[in-house]
Amino acid sequence: MHKVSMTVNGRPVSGEVEGRTLLVDFLRVNLRLTGTHVGCDTSQCGACTVHMDDQPVKACSVLALDAEGADIATIEGMANADGSLSTIQQAFQDYHGLQCGFCTPGMVMAAAALLRETPRPTEAEVREYLDGNICRCTGYHNIVKAIMAASGQEVVPVAAE
Amino acid sequence: MYDFDFIRPASVEDAVAALATDPEAIAFSGGQTLMPAMKQRLASPSAVVSLTGIAALKGLRDEGGRLWIGAATTHAQVAREAADSYPALASLAGRIGDPSVRARGTIGGSLANNDPSACYPAAVLGSGATVVTDRREIAADDFFEGMFTTALEEGEIVTAVIFPRPARARYEKFRQPASRFPLTAAFVAQFDDGVRVAITGASEGGVFRWTEAERALTGNFAPESLDDIAPPDAEGMISDLHGSGAYRAHLVKVMTRRAVANA
Repeated sequence: MHKVSMTVNGRPVSGEVEGRTLLVDFLRVNLRLTGTHVGCDTSQCGACTVHMDDQPVKACSVLALDAEGADIATIEGMANADGSLSTIQQAFQDYHGLQCGFCTPGMVMAAAALLRETPRPTEAEVREYLDGNICRCTGYHNIVKAIMAASGQEVVPVAAE
Repeated sequence: MYDFDFIRPASVEDAVAALATDPEAIAFSGGQTLMPAMKQRLASPSAVVSLTGIAALKGLRDEGGRLWIGAATTHAQVAREAADSYPALASLAGRIGDPSVRARGTIGGSLANNDPSACYPAAVLGSGATVVTDRREIAADDFFEGMFTTALEEGEIVTAVIFPRPARARYEKFRQPASRFPLTAAFVAQFDDGVRVAITGASEGGVFRWTEAERALTGNFAPESLDDIAPPDAEGMISDLHGSGAYRAHLVKVMTRRAVANA
């Protein structure tokens, strides 16, 4: 076993892990932060997306020990300090950007990473950025609308509707 | 995944030493290819030597007009920071995988793995870049030795890649949407002394230079120069459920033409 330390949602944490322990398992099992989901475990679906030093990563494809010293943000850290939903989370609710909700933590984290890089993305940029996040319920249109709304832009009917 | 020891050295020397003491140890530089392989038990190293903690392996800088990129530099960083110094390379890096993969995957990892459908080998071969390791410099023409095979010796680590900067260049990728790898892609670069064309995703031998196209484009760098050239022989091209060898051979010419047109 190895000791690992990192910052998760602003809080210093540490734990004992194996070499093979995935970051997502450290978050879910050691820290009991089960908001980060495991969808495919093969880095295809993006349900496990978290931020590592302000960049989106698939937590199923990062070793916990490789995140030593890193600053990690998960869906549990997304809400406002008073517990109300963040702008992005509220937009997902307002625009019905989820159905079963399994992909939603990853979608919200991907959206937050996008809006940090590109505060006012085009619809095409939103769709391209969500390339690595799979949703099997919504058909993506409402997710795209939610992200456009969260960026403060006008929400227009999307092309394929 | 079987368990393994994990080492995250802070220097290239320590990484090389760790790999030298354990022949079953493996260098790990982001792991966006290696982790899925380890999960499937296609690779089961005794120890993982992560290169992500070595500051000397990260970043981009100008080196006498050439572009130096540290081997542990992520695709996302290359996409951002090479946009002015080598736009065609930045564009290639920005189309690898998806944003999360680009935030972890590295240029050195991609080259050391030499997947026959990876993007970076096309840029390195198509630019005539130099691969720098802990012990020597290797010209791109001597580095790629076939599918998943390179000139790297046991325990040898890629430390940097140095790109000469062409007058014009472009990477055109016919994307396989599920894997996000190229089904076939072409990297075309025009230098003062000639044109280089590197093809990835097509040949069972991995990345290769399409010399017939290079000759024609050196004479006249225009899409029409390819009109009278036949696509490479479909024999020896990758054939799978996504496309036959003949289809990929055809794509070689289509993607090369597009790259020239958009360079």
